[in-house]
Parts: sequence; C-alpha cells; structure tokens
Amino acid sequence: MRSEFAEAMLTSADLHPEMIFLTGDLGYMALEKVRERFRERFINAGVAEQNMISIAAGLAHEGLKPWVYSIAPFVTLRPYEQIRNDVCLHNLPVKLIGNGGGYGYGIMSCTHHALEDIGAMRILPNMQVYVPFVDSDVGEAVHQMLNDPHPNYLRLNLGAQISQPVPPFTVWRRLTHGNKSVVIGTGPVVENALNLESAIVEELDIWIVSRFPITTIPDELLEQISHLRRVITIEEHYGQCGLRETLAALLLETLGTSIRYHSLFARGYPSGRYGSQRWHQAENNLGGEGLKQTMIEFLL
Amino acid sequence: MDQKRRKELLERAWNIKKRFLKMYKTANAGHVGTSLSCAELLTFVVFDWMQGEDEFILSKGHAAAALYSTLAERGFITEKDIETFYCDATYLAAHPPPNKLKGIPFATGSLGHGLSLAAGLALASRYKKSGKRAFCITSDGEIDEGSLWEAASFIIHHSLQNVIWLIDRNHLQGFGRTEEVLKLEPLTKRLTLLGFTAVECNGHDFASLEQGKLLLERSSKPGVLICSTIKGKGWKPYENTVDSHYLPMKDEQYEALIAEIDNQYLRSVSGL
Repeated sequence: MRSEFAEAMLTSADLHPEMIFLTGDLGYMALEKVRERFRERFINAGVAEQNMISIAAGLAHEGLKPWVYSIAPFVTLRPYEQIRNDVCLHNLPVKLIGNGGGYGYGIMSCTHHALEDIGAMRILPNMQVYVPFVDSDVGEAVHQMLNDPHPNYLRLNLGAQISQPVPPFTVWRRLTHGNKSVVIGTGPVVENALNLESAIVEELDIWIVSRFPITTIPDELLEQISHLRRVITIEEHYGQCGLRETLAALLLETLGTSIRYHSLFARGYPSGRYGSQRWHQAENNLGGEGLKQTMIEFLL
Repeated sequence: MDQKRRKELLERAWNIKKRFLKMYKTANAGHVGTSLSCAELLTFVVFDWMQGEDEFILSKGHAAAALYSTLAERGFITEKDIETFYCDATYLAAHPPPNKLKGIPFATGSLGHGLSLAAGLALASRYKKSGKRAFCITSDGEIDEGSLWEAASFIIHHSLQNVIWLIDRNHLQGFGRTEEVLKLEPLTKRLTLLGFTAVECNGHDFASLEQGKLLLERSSKPGVLICSTIKGKGWKPYENTVDSHYLPMKDEQYEALIAEIDNQYLRSVSGL
C-alpha cells in the first residue's frame, strides 16, 4: 500500500497547498517523489518522533494539514502522549501514517511490529482510524482523511491479494454471502479467510470493517448475525483493545440474542521465534493450517 | 527601558502576583513557588515583548495560576472566572486546558511539549508568512525531557528565529535541585554549542530582561533567554526550596507574603 499512498500524496500535493509532509527519517525507495513534489513542504524531522508530532500539532493549529509518516509503532506508540495531549485533546487534523501494521515488518521483528496500534489510537478522543484492505482502498482512504477535520491514523500494510472484486472503501463492506457463520475482520489479514478452500468460504458471510472506532453495525449484518448466531472475528492485532473486544461490546449492547463468538487475533510471539509476516500469521492461527482447522471446528 | 514602562511592568507584576496568591490561598493549593518564580517573566513576555498575533505557550503548565492571572490582567479572563480556580466545573484547572481560553493555544502540564509546539507554530508562521512569533517559557527541570532536546535541535536546524524560548532557571525541580538530579550545567554553553544565541539574565528584573531581549533580537540565530530566578521568591520560610512547589499557604504566611510583595513593589518603584 505504500506506493499507493505515495501516489495519493503526489496527486494531493498541488491540490492542497496547506498539506505539509513530515517523516521520521523514513521513506527510502518510497517517498523520494513525494519529497520532490512537496519541496519545502516536505520535512524530514529526523529520528525524533515526539517533537515531530508536536510540530505537526503546531502546524495544524495554524490551519495547515500535516501528514506524519513513519513505521507504525514509531508514529503511534513512541510519541503517544504527544498524540493524546497535543493532537487529540485539541481535535487537530493531524494525519498519522503508520507503515507495516501488525506483523508487517516480518523478520525485522517485534520492535518494528504494531499489534496494539489500532486499539491505542481508536481510544483517543476525536481520533478516527483508517484500515485499508486492498491496495486500491488507499486512494479513497486518503481522500476521506483529507476531508476529515479530526485527527486520523492510517494503518498501511501489504494489500490483500484476492480474486473477487471489493466494494469501494467505506466503514463496513460485505465480501461474501454465506449461510453458516459470519466472519468480521479488519485489514488485509482477512484475505487468509477469503483464500481458504471454497467449501469453507462458501459457508462464510465475510465482512470487513475499515474505520475505528466502530459506532454502529449495519442492519443487514445484525440480521445475519441474529440469524446465523455465529461470529468469528479476525485481526492482525491483539484481541484485547482490538476488533474482538470493541465489536463484542457493541454486539452486547445491540443484539437481543445469544451467539457463539470466536476470535482470531495476534497473541504476540508464542514460540519466541521470528519470521516473515506470513509465518507470524500462521503461528497465531491467522493464516495457514491453523486458520483452516479453527474454521472447520467452529463451523461443525 | 524608560522609567514609565518599568513602573507599568512593576505594577502589572504586582497585580498578577497578588491575584494568583489569592487564587492559591482560596483554593488552598500548591505550586505557589513555581508561579512566583516566573511572574516577572510572564509579565515581561505578555506586556512588553509580544505583539499582534504572537502566541505564547507556558510549557511549565503547573504555573497555570500565574498564567491565568496574567491573562486576567490582559483582559482575556474575567475576574469572575478567576474566582472559579480549582472549583468543580471550572475551566481554570491546575494545569491549562485545551480549546477554552483565549491566550492559551495548547493545554500543557506534561513537561517537554511546549517548545515543540512553539516550533510548530513558528514553522507555520514561516509557511504562511504571517510574521507571527511563538514564545515559550519552560522550567529548568523540564530540560531533563528528551523531547525538549529534539525541539531544540529542530529549532536550530530550521533556523526558527521566531521561536523565543525563556528558561525559568530556579535550580529546583520536583524532588531535588537540578544539579543533584540531572545536571544541567554548563547550560548556557550547551545551548550555545547547539547553535542558540543563549543569553543569561535576571528573571525578576525588567531591566535585565529588556537587555536580554535586545541581545536576542539583534542575533541572527534562534535565541534562548536563561532567566535566573528564585523559586517561591518572597515566601520567606520556603523561598528557594522544593517545599514552595507543593505546600499551600497558611493564613499568616499568606499575609506575610502579600506584605512582602507590596514591599517589593514599593521598594522597586521608589528606586525609579
């Protein structure tokens, strides 16, 4: 998604002279053209994320629109208090861009992973979190963020590789119609459910959610949940503070019926070993054989 | 500095101090010492140095009462609102709140944010060619924060001469003396090496502050004024102690302090 993001920046740069692009010393082989296009509006703020966020808050206070880029944990967790105090409490339109959500940085290992970024960001006042699913979502997400007067966090990753068409980027999207269980996921990891063998996928009613916090559930989805009474959630993120818990709370408040609720989420580093993003997904039953077996057992 | 302006500043500072001391006394609240430490700095910045659309950030947000009192003196906060300090449902909390009060662009209270915010405002001013300057008062204990050094490097790298940084150098922090907790000295030398025009002055003396201001304004580099101050100045039992940071005033202490503040003012104006 990074190249799609860079492309969206290139098309927005001249249309929005109030945009300022800041990076925490990252963007090699990715943001060179953005740097060229933004010229004096491109700032490499150095390896100094706390300052970078407060600088952005100061810029936004004066009516400019700062976009702040780094690897996901470095733009969310390192300067967390600056995001809370200087950006969110003042409801300033600072746009945070985190590359490599979840296990996205793979073998770069745990310091570069972000398994709590969505949760950490979605609970902040005024913050809206954008989680694209496929590469082609990024342009629309950027467009919506440009028009969103609130603080935003955009979680970039490798876009889902799937064969079927995906509806345009919005909060809730239905990807498949099935009659055994509802699956609700966020981010590209949902591709692993979509790419299971067709006998399983045919039974799944798969939805993705692409913005947080979630405040409503579409009627159509609620009806389907009430009818099938089985929900599986999937996310490349801790379940605590993730989709698992926020959706459960909303369903408790909304549904009048009991359901089976099973969650697939990142559990960190159960074996203490490291590998590619795919390897971590498999180790956490978010992909591979583990995902398949979990689905089969749940659907019995 | 001519006598008339000096007298006006002395009178402003006197009013500001009396107002915030009454606020602290009514609320039975601490942070008296930190406000007494920076009262003249605030007075000087707001009533002498700032112009037009310039912004001010009190990075040491725990001196909020001094800031509220200064803004009341400026006419941005009503005396009626001042009476709500520390009360339930007030806007005037112990640290400055976001989005509510004219003259307070950012909520502060967590240390090490203000200088970056000021740099952001100053950078915006450069983009917008607004000519706006951003003033920031930090404490000295606050210089322990790594983010403050990030801000300092940024200001120097981008030659943000429209950031004006004042350090309330009272040598005391939350639980000890600065040189015993995390040594700051040689502070002026450190900041000079970083690229600032670093000027030392007496933070309780308007003539000295004026000299510092002139030196900074003549410089082509970003400036920092290291203002030597006394925490709890005038509060005799606790002057220059950590206690002055936390303790509320007893009745007799309050009366003695007000008398001392009055005397300081009268001594200063009679010497003009």
